[in-house]
Amino acid sequence: MREPKFLLENVSYIYEDGARALHDISLCIYPHKITAIFGPAGGGKSTLLRLLNRLNDLVPGRHLEGRVLLDGEDIYAPGVDVHALRRRVGMVFATPVPLPMSIRRNLTYGPELAGVRDRARLDELVERSLRAAALWDEVKDRLDEPASALSGGQQQRLCLARTLALEPEVILLDEPTSGLDPISTAKVEASLQELKRRYTIVIVPHSVQQAARVADHAVFMLQGELVEEGPGELLFTRPHDQRTEDYITGRFG
Amino acid sequence: MSRQLRQQLGFTLLGLATTIVVLPILLLVGYILVQGASAISWEFITAMPREGMRAGGIWPALVGTVLLTLGTAIFAVPVGIAVAIYLAEYAHDTSLTRLIRLAIINLAGVPSVVYGLFGLGLFVIFLRLGTSILAGSLTLAIMTLPVIISTAEEALRAVPQSFRIVSLSLGATQWQTVRRVVLPQALPGILTGVILGLERAAGETAPILFTVAAFFLPRLPRSIFDQTMALPYHLFVISTQVPGMPLRIQYGTALVLLAFVLSMNALATVIRSHFRRRRQW
Ligand SMILES: Nc1ncnc2c1ncn2[C@@H]1O[C@H](COP(=O)(O)OP(=O)(O)O)[C@@H](O)[C@H]1O
Ligand SMILES: [Mg+2]
Repeated sequence: MREPKFLLENVSYIYEDGARALHDISLCIYPHKITAIFGPAGGGKSTLLRLLNRLNDLVPGRHLEGRVLLDGEDIYAPGVDVHALRRRVGMVFATPVPLPMSIRRNLTYGPELAGVRDRARLDELVERSLRAAALWDEVKDRLDEPASALSGGQQQRLCLARTLALEPEVILLDEPTSGLDPISTAKVEASLQELKRRYTIVIVPHSVQQAARVADHAVFMLQGELVEEGPGELLFTRPHDQRTEDYITGRFG
Repeated sequence: MSRQLRQQLGFTLLGLATTIVVLPILLLVGYILVQGASAISWEFITAMPREGMRAGGIWPALVGTVLLTLGTAIFAVPVGIAVAIYLAEYAHDTSLTRLIRLAIINLAGVPSVVYGLFGLGLFVIFLRLGTSILAGSLTLAIMTLPVIISTAEEALRAVPQSFRIVSLSLGATQWQTVRRVVLPQALPGILTGVILGLERAAGETAPILFTVAAFFLPRLPRSIFDQTMALPYHLFVISTQVPGMPLRIQYGTALVLLAFVLSMNALATVIRSHFRRRRQW
């Protein structure tokens, strides 16, 4: 087995109001696989994702126990460059939020801040990430138009492309297709299958069906606890835990 | 009463209310225009006042007001925007920041003559700046700051939080996020606050009364430590202190002051639409 990309050791997470969002989670996330974290709402899936690129640093009064290792290094150790970490671990959100700029500038925003100045290099990044997100053909003639003019499905693929333009190692997706029509959803899922060759992908799917479709490795979470994990094809056909089975077969949640 | 009738009545009342608000403004501007237009000439704008201000022009007062407005902007705009950025983007919600906000809101309601006395005490006497353009600009800036700070803070807060989160998730620092995403979005709103504040500064008499304004000084100021005439004070003087003043000169002066303030408004509109065109989305 390859080295895990992310290693979570006994991670617990408590918000300011005392809500225990994660309880003693230990988990390996392997490269070049799609890890799907699924379960009913409020189970701590988004919290877990935001821990992986330290977006939760923005929440006041949080409390984290345990360790989160990326390539063996603790990302919460003092002296870690959070901004560099967020470029290594990119994030796509449930609602697409194009920055109020042109399509092109949305894509070059991250790389420019990372110090990429070369025009040709930026152009190449724009084209490559748009192609990888299956959006290039639709927008190649209107790169300097406002990103907000795109349709919802296009905006979400733009957000995926924007994350890809960072040349990250890990891509986190939090219910990326929850607002999309079936065709756009299929496009995004197809891109993910391509992308996993180069990246580590962690997705919170918006349905059990989607989890079953995309997961190489599936993780079932319930009320802050990791109930069961395993290879996708096994977990969805022969779950060990009764709670997993109940959820998959639609008996609750 | 039928719904349609009630709706009709509602619209009529709203229309009436709007008219009641707009009509006096139109009447005021129209009246000043009619009364003052005959005084306006190239000489009136560009000549020194003569014969105890009963003849000649208002050039030094106009220049003085332009200089004071510029001076106010130089102090109040950067400081005001910086404070607003701090309050909206960086400060945590503590009792101290709540107190600061409360103070700023209350300062906006302090009568301008109080600022005048404050400026006299602090800038003219204590800091030994004398009655000077510098002291006057600083006094006007202090008066203008609360307006700029609160409108700018509001404009910054109106920028959706999701933009900030996305920017940070793309590896931007907080300052880069403010600089590249939040500020450009908030700029039109900030500009509106700046213009509102500066217009008030340009038109006030009390704050400059003790700090810079000269009663009659028929020459241009030589430095920022010099006194100067200014349009609002000049208007006050020729309306109340000079017997036998021709009415058309008073209204002409009022008209120039009004035109100056309105042209600042027009400038703001031009800048705003320029930004809107450059902002591509
Ligand atoms: N910013 C926050 N502040 C306080 N509590 C939060 C915050 N975000 C999430 N929570 C709480 O943490 C728990 C897990 O939420 P979340 O991670 O969003 O779950 P999921 O993504 O699985 O629906 C919930 O009980 C939720 O109310
Ligand atoms: Mg969630």
